[in-house]
Amino acid sequence: MENLTVTASPHERGDVSTAKIMTDVIIALIPAMLASGFIFGGRALMLTGFCMISAMGLERICNFVMKRESSVSDLSAAVTGMLLAFNLPVTISYFKAFLGVFVAIVVAKQLFGGLGHNFANPAIVGRIVLLLSFPAAMSNWAVPFYDDKAIETGATPLAVEAFSYKQLFLGTVGGSLGETCKAALLIGALYLIAKKIIIPAAPIAFVGTVYLFSMITGRDGLYQILSGGLILGAFFMATDYVTTPITVPGKIIFGIGCGVLTCVIRFYASNPEGVSYAILLMNIATPLIDMATVKRTPLAKKIIKQTAAEETK
Amino acid sequence: MLFRGIELKDKKNTSQSETLTLPLPEQVSIMMEQNMGAPCEPLVKKGDKVQVGQKIGYTNAVLSAPVHSSVSGEVVEIGELLLANGKTCKTVIIKCDGLQTVSDEVKPPVINSREDFIAAVRESGCCGLGGAGFPTHVKLAAAIDKKIDYLVLNGAECEPYITSDHREMIENGESVISGAKSVMKYLDIPKCIIGIEGNKPDAIAKMQELTMNEPDITVKKLKKEYPQGAEKIITYSCTGIVVKEGEFPADKGVIVMNVSTAGFIDSYLKTGMPLVRRRLTVDGTAVRTPCNISTVIGTPLRDMLDYADCNPDIVWKLLIGGPMMGLCTYSIDYPLIKTANALLAFAAPLKTKKYIEANRQTACIRCGRCISACPMGLMPTELEKAYDKKDKKRLGKLKVNLCMNCGACSYVCPARRDLAAKNQLAKALVLRKDMGGEK
Repeated sequence: MENLTVTASPHERGDVSTAKIMTDVIIALIPAMLASGFIFGGRALMLTGFCMISAMGLERICNFVMKRESSVSDLSAAVTGMLLAFNLPVTISYFKAFLGVFVAIVVAKQLFGGLGHNFANPAIVGRIVLLLSFPAAMSNWAVPFYDDKAIETGATPLAVEAFSYKQLFLGTVGGSLGETCKAALLIGALYLIAKKIIIPAAPIAFVGTVYLFSMITGRDGLYQILSGGLILGAFFMATDYVTTPITVPGKIIFGIGCGVLTCVIRFYASNPEGVSYAILLMNIATPLIDMATVKRTPLAKKIIKQTAAEETK
Repeated sequence: MLFRGIELKDKKNTSQSETLTLPLPEQVSIMMEQNMGAPCEPLVKKGDKVQVGQKIGYTNAVLSAPVHSSVSGEVVEIGELLLANGKTCKTVIIKCDGLQTVSDEVKPPVINSREDFIAAVRESGCCGLGGAGFPTHVKLAAAIDKKIDYLVLNGAECEPYITSDHREMIENGESVISGAKSVMKYLDIPKCIIGIEGNKPDAIAKMQELTMNEPDITVKKLKKEYPQGAEKIITYSCTGIVVKEGEFPADKGVIVMNVSTAGFIDSYLKTGMPLVRRRLTVDGTAVRTPCNISTVIGTPLRDMLDYADCNPDIVWKLLIGGPMMGLCTYSIDYPLIKTANALLAFAAPLKTKKYIEANRQTACIRCGRCISACPMGLMPTELEKAYDKKDKKRLGKLKVNLCMNCGACSYVCPARRDLAAKNQLAKALVLRKDMGGEK
């Protein structure tokens, strides 16, 4: 037989693939999804499912129109849809949710070239556009365990500081779909860390900075960490591969920047919540951080150091 | 411990299989380009009678090693063979007479000095038997006017499947040690370290037992991590010495040598028989009885596969060397070369469509896995982008020349990008002068 296959080495590949990574992220988000269904009722699950399906549908249509290969199977659109839904109040209409998905998938992701080429986290862009367009609908927080017939709305913990840590941790407070139950989010985050999908550098820097900033300015650090979308943003959005720095020092800088911006917006700006703006602003700074930080193993560090030392001689 | 690599599945199916000797093939074809460096010119012509150990190829180039006949018989043809990289190479095809008469050229070398020793190693046709195939005498000659502190014997064998060095240490440990001692004696090297990966406890035990009374030789257990056996890495793991970009270990007072090379040097010094035979692992999914085989250089690969119960019709990919750095061959009738430490035959994947889908290249998602996998701390994804822009300046800044093509980045990439292959193209691009690149 003369027709053997000839390829460049290596001839074996690992078993991690983009779709597997995205599947793990979805699995990690499931506890929070179940918690939201428990806290806010069936509509929360319906909304999440609607966002996921419309995100995948829009992705497929974009692929078709732009004559690209289908990228639905890598599941990144499903993750975006899920994250966007987690950032919406349960009372929002399906039409507005669809608009958010459209901005996220079509404008923020596909127009920039699809997965890997978007400069900002699509779910965050979707949320911010909705927040600026429909401020009333986007802050119409349902109170937990409401009655389907008469949706009562209440304040988020960031607006009125009147909830116990236990309430905040278990998520029985008003807020966006997926952000309230910290316990479920942390279970998901631990899963991602255990599966080595994310390294906790950026989240720890993010949360740590918020804590320190709050304590220094005389506020309750733990309350700030447990309220709003901080845990969701830190573990699931500030760890997005595409839009955050690629090196560990870069990730730490990114996390610190997010933390400072979040606090500045929360404490001194007119908005009660600043996590999404902070992450978006740091997304924009990511190429600069990448330029400034280069990861080196000890061996390579020594090699480069010695070369540099000899060149200066 | 000191560098970060990747974890690979061992798949060392043959670590306990004793080396078997392959029956003499009917015909061998000996390539004039056996190892890294300049190709040799044939010294024989059609119709000549040759004997075992007779020199049949030679060139004056420094970076080369002579080629010897591995069998006795008659030269039937001086042919041209197309290599997988598109070059052609002269080959001497010899019909074996089955007698294996040893040539009178074969006699133990007389050695009185360093220079004699290096010349003898050159005459032996010896090249690195670990896979890369750097002519050994060039490595030793780099040390001729330098003080060498360490001889590092490389027994890491970090690639999956391959066990030929492992078997060398088990079956031929005495020769390995005595070869190392000769190198130490002639090059005045005070210390020798044998680096073996922790997945070969029996080899470590055997080497420790043999070096019990040798205070100058130590055995070092290395962490099982790919690519532990790369020259710069094993130098660092064993001695802590850092070898920079564009340097030989000899510049830093270290000589790195494969254990099988040391074993061969010992047998050459004792018998004078040049490198005409080697041990290799035959394995892979298409091979039914994986084994270690000792055979003459130039044996057609088909003979070895037959011996290992491999049906040639189901072979889809044939590798010379390991799955991470080995080279593909396009034909099953390709001859064995000196540097082949393994022959791996793989059957076509059962679900072709699924396989193609799973290995399709998709966009980089900047996960950073390639960066944490790179043992040299390079940024393969950034290198790829710089290469796509043909940005030579950036490639230089990112130290593309430190890449040794270990393939760890391609292995871990979830988007299945061919990062290692791109790095090789980038290295070639940096060397080219006509591409401008002053962007």
